[in-house]
Amino acid sequence: MSISYKIRHLDQLEAEAIFILRETAAQFERPVILFSGGKDSIVVARLAQKAFWPSRPPMPFMHVDTGHNFPETIEFRDQFISDIGGQLIVASVQDSIDKGRVAEEKGPNASRNALQTVTLLDGIEENRFDAAVGGARRDEEKARAKERFFSHRDEFGQWDPKNQRPELWNLFNARKLPGEHFRVFPLSNWTEMDVWQYIMREEISIPSIYFAHEREVIQRDGTFLAVTDFVSPREGETVEKRQVRFRTVGDATCTGAVESPADTLEKIIEEVASARQTERGGRSDDKRSESAMEDRKKEGYF
Amino acid sequence: MSTTEDGYMDMDLLRFTTAGSVDDGKSTLIGRLMYDTKTIFEDQLEAIEKSSKQRGDENVNLALLTDGLRAEREQGITIDVAYRYFATPKRKFIIADTPGHIQYTRNMVTGASTANLAIILIDARKGVIEQTCRHSFIASLLRIEHVVLCINKMDLVDYSEERYNEIVKQFTDFASRLQIKEMTFIPISALNGDNVVNRSENMPWYGGSPLLYHLENVYIGTDANHVDARLPIQWVIRPHSEKYHDYRGYAGRVAGGVFKPGDEVTVLPSGFTSKIRSIDRFDEEVDEAFAPMSVAIRLEDEIDISRGDMIVKPNNQPESSQEVDAMICWFSSENSIQTRGKYIIRHTTKTAKAVVKSIQYKVDINTLHKIETDLNIGMNDIARVQLRTSEPLFYDSYSKNRITGSFVLIDEFTNKTVAAGMIR
Repeated sequence: MSISYKIRHLDQLEAEAIFILRETAAQFERPVILFSGGKDSIVVARLAQKAFWPSRPPMPFMHVDTGHNFPETIEFRDQFISDIGGQLIVASVQDSIDKGRVAEEKGPNASRNALQTVTLLDGIEENRFDAAVGGARRDEEKARAKERFFSHRDEFGQWDPKNQRPELWNLFNARKLPGEHFRVFPLSNWTEMDVWQYIMREEISIPSIYFAHEREVIQRDGTFLAVTDFVSPREGETVEKRQVRFRTVGDATCTGAVESPADTLEKIIEEVASARQTERGGRSDDKRSESAMEDRKKEGYF
Repeated sequence: MSTTEDGYMDMDLLRFTTAGSVDDGKSTLIGRLMYDTKTIFEDQLEAIEKSSKQRGDENVNLALLTDGLRAEREQGITIDVAYRYFATPKRKFIIADTPGHIQYTRNMVTGASTANLAIILIDARKGVIEQTCRHSFIASLLRIEHVVLCINKMDLVDYSEERYNEIVKQFTDFASRLQIKEMTFIPISALNGDNVVNRSENMPWYGGSPLLYHLENVYIGTDANHVDARLPIQWVIRPHSEKYHDYRGYAGRVAGGVFKPGDEVTVLPSGFTSKIRSIDRFDEEVDEAFAPMSVAIRLEDEIDISRGDMIVKPNNQPESSQEVDAMICWFSSENSIQTRGKYIIRHTTKTAKAVVKSIQYKVDINTLHKIETDLNIGMNDIARVQLRTSEPLFYDSYSKNRITGSFVLIDEFTNKTVAAGMIR
């Protein structure tokens, strides 16, 4: 062969994700993209913009809002969705609490992380969505490593990891019974590094809290938690100012910051390349037990 | 190393699958590759150190890294295909880690379907066993072009060259009946790291490369089909906006060959011809599109095209037929494939119905013999069948094109994927 038809790894991952998004649009009646304002969902939104250009993405965006947000993320969320011409639905955990659908966790490590599942499933049911597209990646966590691109959920929103449909070549089976739905993960094969490289290559804007900044934090369980309306120091904990950044953006009560001088994408990528902790290493929700993620996922978590 | 140099952003991607029997050390090998390439993070290592201790394992049990589900850790087995990722400055790797148990053949078929390369592990003490034959047959059936035989646990046979040569001969004899393009043998000890990332000092007689070097350098440039132009249509982009009032983009992922603006094309099944006006990737127009790119093609003429149709070249067309002759692997434990049984068939972006006209034979995948006397096809069986579909499919033989030559069958009632098929 005279010419070499090579395609770079980011282009391959992009082509795969766009293929998945187009399959989602074609195989489902009412798909939705879950959008948290975190970097992975931003990349999914960007890919959706590309997949259907010059049309708008043929599916709305839904934010499952724990109410424990960093204000920067919410501002960013609204701007970003309006820029790509998307429609935003907010499903609120506070509403679920007010309606008595869930009860707030009590105790020192209380978090709304687990409550999100109920709000998410309610949001899916109320809007009659049949597919929820998420930015989860298989490299994040060992239970997620077993995920499919098209992941079946029964009528209770549950995942049965031992009984998943095989996915071969690029043939995806989205058939389901009434009441069942799918989770779709276009970034399955991306790593944290791929996401950062893509953000840099595509010049995608991301919330400022990903970059190093000075912030008041407390040290708890080996990570730094930002002092916010929802996190205040306990006895014996002291508030200090540190230069930190966040590697993931989740509920402010359980997302830890890392000390870092990385204030540009280049520096973040360098930091990711030499990191010795996984990005979810600062997530106390994962540390609850060895199968914390698997258990939550079975219940219907992202 | 500067990570922002193009060199790092511009990596190749190699997808490989790993197969081995129970206790062949497959998870240990993957753990070793990830550990030695510094892919395993401190918190992950800490977590498995803790678990290993709790389980009473003597060393850090690297297998715990890949066994993600609670049931897997409890039983010490791998249940489902797990995907793992690591990168070196040269390449990014995606591993489909498939379990070795007999009842999980379907997992290996799944992992193999997207792989460029297969690693098959052989226990140096046991040599070539039934499962080795099974795994190699599947690799050959799924047309994995590059197969690496890792002869593992060399430390337990005193790093014996003689034993290694014996196994190489055993395997070569068996594999002469298979269609594997490229076979590579590497003697390793996954536990101790011999010939995994670094060359082993214990086996100076081995002149080849360590495994990682091979994975980084094996040539995969010609694995995809760049000859027979095929674009299965996934979705038609019609913005209905003022600015793009007349825009019609036929979106899909190129399954073979090369498309360029100005190329004459034929649309199947209508048979209409037109010329490519532009190939769009987001807001840029590109000079050419080839597998596995996702693009949107605009044509000079307005033709009625919808999902499931295919854009090809007039002088190079796929088979267009309702008759399909294929090898299938049956996945369902609940029932067996039935003559006159009806299924849903998914082939490229097309969905149709299929009826089984005949079952010709079953393959004994240990001996490769054709069995024509027992045509009861259960889970994990591989068989040759003839199907008739409710509408024509546009296909190539699987050996020519893995995308246009493959399909799955879905049970109409349970919606489960019950078979994978490769068209002959």
